[in-house]
Amino acid sequence: MSSPILKLIAQRIALGILLLLAISVLIFAGTQILPGDVAQAILGQSATPESLANLREQLGLNDPAYIRYFHWLGGVLTGDLGTAMSSGQDIATSIKGRLWNTLFLAFWAAIVAVPLAIILGLIAVRYRNGWVDKLISGLALASTSFPEFFIGYLLVYFLAVKWQIFPAISTVYDGMPFGERMQAIALPATALTLVVLAHMMRMTRAAILNVMQSAYVETAELKGLSAFSVIRRHAFPNAIAPIINVVMLNLAYLIVGVVVVEVIFVYPGMGQYLVDHVTKRDVPVVQAVGLIFAAVYISLNIIADISAIVANPRLRHPK
Amino acid sequence: MADGKAKSTPLLDIRNLRIEATVYPPGEAPKTITLVHDVSLTLEKGKVLGLIGESGAGKSTIGLSSMGYGRGGVRITGGEVILNGRDILKGGKDEFRKLRGREVCYVAQSAAAAFNPAHRLMDQVVEATLLHGTATRADAEKRAVALFKKLSLPNPETIGERFPHQVSGGQLQRVMTAMALCSEPDLIVFDEPTTALDVTTQIDVLSAIKDAIRDTHVAALYITHDLAVVAQVSDEIMVLRHGRLVEWGGTRQIIKEPRQEYTNALVSVHEIEHAEQNPGATPFLSVKNVTAAYGGGQVKVLKNVSVDIYPGQTLAVVGESGSGKSTLARAITGLLPPEQGNVTFDGRPLANRLADRPKEDLRQLQMIYQMADVAMNPRQTVGTIIGRPLEFYFGIRGRERDRRVAELLDEIEMGKGFVDRYPAELSGGQKQRVCIARSLAAKPKLIICDEVTSALDPLVANGILKLLLNLQQHEKVAYLFITHDLATVKSIADSIAVMYRGEVVRYGSKSKVLTPPFDAYTDLLLSSVPEMEIGWLEKAIKGRRMASAGN
Repeated sequence: MSSPILKLIAQRIALGILLLLAISVLIFAGTQILPGDVAQAILGQSATPESLANLREQLGLNDPAYIRYFHWLGGVLTGDLGTAMSSGQDIATSIKGRLWNTLFLAFWAAIVAVPLAIILGLIAVRYRNGWVDKLISGLALASTSFPEFFIGYLLVYFLAVKWQIFPAISTVYDGMPFGERMQAIALPATALTLVVLAHMMRMTRAAILNVMQSAYVETAELKGLSAFSVIRRHAFPNAIAPIINVVMLNLAYLIVGVVVVEVIFVYPGMGQYLVDHVTKRDVPVVQAVGLIFAAVYISLNIIADISAIVANPRLRHPK
Repeated sequence: MADGKAKSTPLLDIRNLRIEATVYPPGEAPKTITLVHDVSLTLEKGKVLGLIGESGAGKSTIGLSSMGYGRGGVRITGGEVILNGRDILKGGKDEFRKLRGREVCYVAQSAAAAFNPAHRLMDQVVEATLLHGTATRADAEKRAVALFKKLSLPNPETIGERFPHQVSGGQLQRVMTAMALCSEPDLIVFDEPTTALDVTTQIDVLSAIKDAIRDTHVAALYITHDLAVVAQVSDEIMVLRHGRLVEWGGTRQIIKEPRQEYTNALVSVHEIEHAEQNPGATPFLSVKNVTAAYGGGQVKVLKNVSVDIYPGQTLAVVGESGSGKSTLARAITGLLPPEQGNVTFDGRPLANRLADRPKEDLRQLQMIYQMADVAMNPRQTVGTIIGRPLEFYFGIRGRERDRRVAELLDEIEMGKGFVDRYPAELSGGQKQRVCIARSLAAKPKLIICDEVTSALDPLVANGILKLLLNLQQHEKVAYLFITHDLATVKSIADSIAVMYRGEVVRYGSKSKVLTPPFDAYTDLLLSSVPEMEIGWLEKAIKGRRMASAGN
């Protein structure tokens, strides 16, 4: 690895951190603008003015906003996300298990969806404009066009109710055996896969088709390579940057955008946790979850940027 | 041709080849056009046949048919292509795959585009050999290194580890030739292998290709539009036009005693007699000690350049790519403000930056580019394109504007019928004429012509040069003519500046610059221009005083 590429990567990471800080300010400011008083919310309608004042003092609510922001940020950086108002529990502890569940579900959905989308994309290019291509594109688009909840309920109706292959409710708990856990997430993972498949597949197809016009693809064809080898060895490596970008966007969606699917399958993940606490107006939890989602989004995009830099031979091997 | 060897079967025997394509003209029903009309040719083992003609003659299409390949929906619809005794058109796709890269290999025009940027050169060079299983990887790499040596590439042992972008264009073209030779094919199709190179680099690559063909006894179809180049490497030459055979004969016969009129037109030297004008008393535009750089002063591309342009005369700027010719134009027009020095116009200094120049100064300096088709808005008609400067600079509108547009079309020898055409409906030469009319519409004192004939076929380019000279006489416009082609310079220039690595190495009137004694670079440039004479290549290589910069 050479220094220009390290410099570029360092720049991306620094930018990502800066962006995350900016977002933390936005999240903090946003929740401050919301109406309502935390002390009032905790103690309820019957609280005496004295106890309210005491609690405000205790929580530091009388400090200016920027001091409270740095206080909050300092806590976040040391792993202290604060306490949930609705339950009085430590947020970091309750999020840990849920985040793990969400990542587990996203991981298995991605393990299936990403290779499948790319392979389908490659096949679509191989048989471009033929019936195979049209079938793949048609099915992928159809699965994306259906709303997530519709796909979810279809899966439940057929696979859980009618044929009773998988459970309809994806309850998972600590210490659950791996096999059972996998069985529990089968349906939500399938629903998620169907939702993100088309986007990645269409981008793979478009990015590779773009490269198929190049002179070096003709060179490869004139060496006698089979159509699929030409696509895999000569077109795909040059189309990788846009594909990685879309893959990362979809991975981010699998982690932060799964609210509906988690609710349908009653899966104890981050999405459900967020929705629960939004309805309870539990500001510290909303802040914490928002920050985590932002961090996931930004890190995945940094990874996409870095992969695109590393995938470029001109940057990897300068003159 | 085949006399004396009548018994031996030729390596390649193409009979009555017919190639068609379907075109989709806008707003009309798709129609089938014939690109190649019943062309036949034979090629013996180890011989080189040159295919020559203008663009659209079907040269590449015929060359690729020997590999059963049709570029972009082109179909072989008739005839036979007999390679090594069998008609390859009878076999299916798998048959084609087996012969491509093994019996027949291809060297493309632009090696820079034909190499995959994502893989190392060695992996690409040995790929076909490994695919067809004719050698192990170690043997194939050994063979490749030997070929790199033969093609006199620098660091033959390690150049294979590099990526395409780390190697110069001339070197890449030779690596591509090594790639074609590596699987030890019977036939190589060279498709304009030196056209994209500088004239000083072309001669090295040409000589490397010629030696490699001689030593490996491979047969070759050598496709080019440049007769002087093909005369150096071929045993026989076939002249094509509009997909039909014009003439086919030995190299000496074609260039010395052409039998067809079209061949004669190609062979005859197109030098336009242009008497040099004496520079007037005072130049109207002076470039004084201009230094310019890209990247905030990082890369100096112009170093202390001074030239003068006299009213109604032509200054030609010659040099190879990267010598700073186009940058000089950018500095004069203000697109790249000079770091030092200045440009004076009519005795007063011009603002360095384009944005600081008044409209009147902009009008006086116009430009014409190499790629006429990308220099025009594809969604505007010829009338709009030519009329735009009339509206912008003079505020001429309506009927008066249409009258001026018609006049200008007349001046560029195109009729009124073209007013409503779109650029896509014009030929390459016509597009360039429209660009000329557009620049003339502003009534400038100076037109900067940046490689305006480089993308055109020789006969078409000749017409453009004649037009430019005529217009100069009528309109008293001066040209700054940027080119890498010395023949063009001789036809059009009154004075010449030779540029090399950002500096003017030789400058003066045409007769002075082109009269010996020469400095080393001008000598290299002049001696590198191919001459239509058998044995010129060897003589030129022997007589060189310096190596070209492209290596």
